[in-house]
Amino acid sequence: MSQIHVITTINGDETEFLCEAQETLLDVLRDHLDLTGSKEGCGTGDCGACSVIVDGRLVCACLMLAGEAEGRSVETIEGMADGDDLHPLQQKFLEMAALQCGVCTPGILVATKNLLERNPNPTEEEVRYWLAGNLCRCTGYDKIIRAVMDTAADMRGAA
Amino acid sequence: MPKDEYQSRDFRIVGTRPVRPDGIDKVTGKARYGADMTAPGMLWGAILRSPHAHARIKSIDTSAAEAMKGVKAVITRADFTYQPESASLADVLDNCMAGEKARYDGHAVAAVAATSKSIARAALKAIKVDYGVLPHVTDVDEAMKPDAPVIEAGRVQENVPEGYSENVTGRSQYGHGDPEAGFEKADLVIERHFTTAATHQGYIEPNACLAQLGADGQGEIWVCTQGHYMVRNTCAGVLGLDAGMLRVTASEIGGGFGGKTHVWMEPTALVLSRKAGKPVKLVLSRDEVFRATGPTASSSIDVKIGMKKDGSITGATATYRLQAGAYPGSIAFLSAMCGFAPYDLKHVRTEGYEVMTNRPKAAAYRAPGAPMAAYPVESVIDELCQKLDLDPLETRLKNAAREGTKASYGPTYPAIGLEATLKAAQSHPHWIAPLGENQGRGVACGFWFNFGGDTCVSLMVNPDGTVSLSEGNPDIGGSRASMSMMAAEELGVDLDQVRTVIADTASLGQNEVTDGSRVTFAVGLATIKAARHAIQIMKERAAMTWGIDPEAVDWRDGAAHPAGPNAGKFPPMTIKEIAAIASNTGGPIAGHHEVTAEGAGVSFATHMVDTETDPETGQVKVLRYTVFQDAGKAVHPDYVEGQFQGGAAQGIGWAINEEYIYGEDGRLQNPGFLDYRIPVASDLPMIEPVILEIPNPGHPYGVRGVGETSIVPPLAAIANAVSRSSNVRLTSLPMSPPKVLAAMKGT
Repeated sequence: MSQIHVITTINGDETEFLCEAQETLLDVLRDHLDLTGSKEGCGTGDCGACSVIVDGRLVCACLMLAGEAEGRSVETIEGMADGDDLHPLQQKFLEMAALQCGVCTPGILVATKNLLERNPNPTEEEVRYWLAGNLCRCTGYDKIIRAVMDTAADMRGAA
Repeated sequence: MPKDEYQSRDFRIVGTRPVRPDGIDKVTGKARYGADMTAPGMLWGAILRSPHAHARIKSIDTSAAEAMKGVKAVITRADFTYQPESASLADVLDNCMAGEKARYDGHAVAAVAATSKSIARAALKAIKVDYGVLPHVTDVDEAMKPDAPVIEAGRVQENVPEGYSENVTGRSQYGHGDPEAGFEKADLVIERHFTTAATHQGYIEPNACLAQLGADGQGEIWVCTQGHYMVRNTCAGVLGLDAGMLRVTASEIGGGFGGKTHVWMEPTALVLSRKAGKPVKLVLSRDEVFRATGPTASSSIDVKIGMKKDGSITGATATYRLQAGAYPGSIAFLSAMCGFAPYDLKHVRTEGYEVMTNRPKAAAYRAPGAPMAAYPVESVIDELCQKLDLDPLETRLKNAAREGTKASYGPTYPAIGLEATLKAAQSHPHWIAPLGENQGRGVACGFWFNFGGDTCVSLMVNPDGTVSLSEGNPDIGGSRASMSMMAAEELGVDLDQVRTVIADTASLGQNEVTDGSRVTFAVGLATIKAARHAIQIMKERAAMTWGIDPEAVDWRDGAAHPAGPNAGKFPPMTIKEIAAIASNTGGPIAGHHEVTAEGAGVSFATHMVDTETDPETGQVKVLRYTVFQDAGKAVHPDYVEGQFQGGAAQGIGWAINEEYIYGEDGRLQNPGFLDYRIPVASDLPMIEPVILEIPNPGHPYGVRGVGETSIVPPLAAIANAVSRSSNVRLTSLPMSPPKVLAAMKGT
């Protein structure tokens, strides 16, 4: 089977890989590049556990073909912290217990980081609708929403 | 009083809210879940599933698949050469890989292992199965009728009365007194029929494992499960292996809610590995999770309750019929035990029927059997309150079980917290908050037993005085944090001196699965006792050093102290000092505890919810939600609250959205998150948790399990709110917009 050669940027690093035509970006991240922080919860774009940012846009990595990553810039959960320094959202999720099993957490963090970059002052309703594509079955979302609102307030204060 | 029973005390660490020890890995994507592991030379597994609800498997031709490049093994039931003797293990085997017939849409019939996922998928398409389609039944009431298609003959227990199909395999009965005499004394008796839909646990992480099995019978499994000891024992039993030869390691687990207390495909991965001679990774798709791992049972229920004008319940009966799926089940008996458990009743009787259908084998789902048990009972009590013009909280308080009440399922309660939750609800601002147009407020109570069970813990004092704690229960909601907190509390050391890990099956004795809300209670109990064991050893080492009797040594603040002036004048020896000289005082220091934990302490909750019904669409929106639940003692309140909130959210989904929908062809119509809609963030309000602490007499710190009760009250609480907002009494879940609209229009 012939493979596609792709050159892309992942978390700031130029990355090359070979993939089959039908492989998704999520397949390549997880199975070829060992970036298993993005999770496959459904494979149909319904759960958001594979959320990544491609050229500034929030996408489900399971819905994007890996070949489409050519020449683009991909950000995953593995690129969210700066070395030992957690992103304020990551820190707040820990402090406010905004995770239980943690499997939806990478997708939710990636999605909310993207939200706060677009809208530093979201209402609770805006946060809830932005995260409506990220399923969490453990928390009832309460502590997640509070952590996002709190982080947004902190980041506005620091800016 | 023995020291292991509850004693009131001031806590230093228990009850605080530290950051969980597994947190950083989970917010940075480093935590390794079931599908995140690889092994050298690993193959990809895939499973072929029946498209028919019920069909004889006439033949399977795997030759074309076997001939494909990259395919390393193809298996069918013929490759499972061992036939387990026990009926339950034989059922597990048949569920993992169909034998003579496929019993439900999605039943596994063959599997492959190949060098890539795409080759494995292509190979499935090359397998030819010749099916002889049989009549099917997916509805519980239909399946009970004498002329229903029979899933498997010969499984009926002796206690099942005549007149039913052989699909009715078991019956259970509980209660006391004479309900008919009780109904005679009532001012109003209401009898209603209810149905609830099958719902899936909906864990976000699909089932996944990485398995290796050699020709010598030695094997390893990495798996997301609620119980790796269960996986080991079941795989060994199904495949005829020695349990000690299988080493099972639990990955991080991406939710379970009961759905990962069973084995669905791990034996398949082992057999593929044995045949291919390589490790095999098997990850289910979401479609497979819905079609082939167990949802909870759907149910058909009759409830009858009599009440006096003053609100006292005079008699109560309930009949629960639960669909068990393709194999004999055991959930209806739990419904029959739970239904009236919150109430102090003179005359009560319940019965439960376990019914086979052409659906996936029903599995545990958070307080299995209890939500559908409470829903009709709490609905009818509410309707009685409406018709007799009674306050629903006051009426529940009037009938509430308390210490000394003989429960409807038999035992007499010790100290319990139901009254406390009801009183907290009465005095909460939510209860008197104003409501708008088309809005209503509902309340309901819920009960869950809580379990204990087999538990082993080892606590090692390292040479530098830090502490390593090994437990055998997958951490599904923050339990490593709770165990570290209890160990540090007991030892008198700082929390950062203790690290808890989930040990593999070769490192500790048998542990019951993470179920029944048992872990914080039972593993916590074993942790405290393992710490006390280590403290005893450290006291002996200090006594030896000081040349005094060990009985003359006290342990406090992480150090050994002479017990009093008569014991001698010695400066305290800290855990670090004792650890440093352990090699000279008798060797390494470790405490351990093995127990079949009892005294779990039952759990009660009261929920309060405001809903608004859209009169044009019938859509029910949850506006405000408050959970009042007894935690005994909240070890880490953040994660207790999380359990309250998460269970309520699942119950809201069950009440309003979630439903397994089967077509006339017996196939599941909605095996995906788009059509099986679990609550999303925009569906829900904040969920306020109110923690009550009525100590469990059976735990040194008073801890009760908290994980499950929170899913029990929401179904009725929401039905009661809808009834009060729209003046319609819905008796069928889910309360989806078309159903609500039809009820409101009286059609």
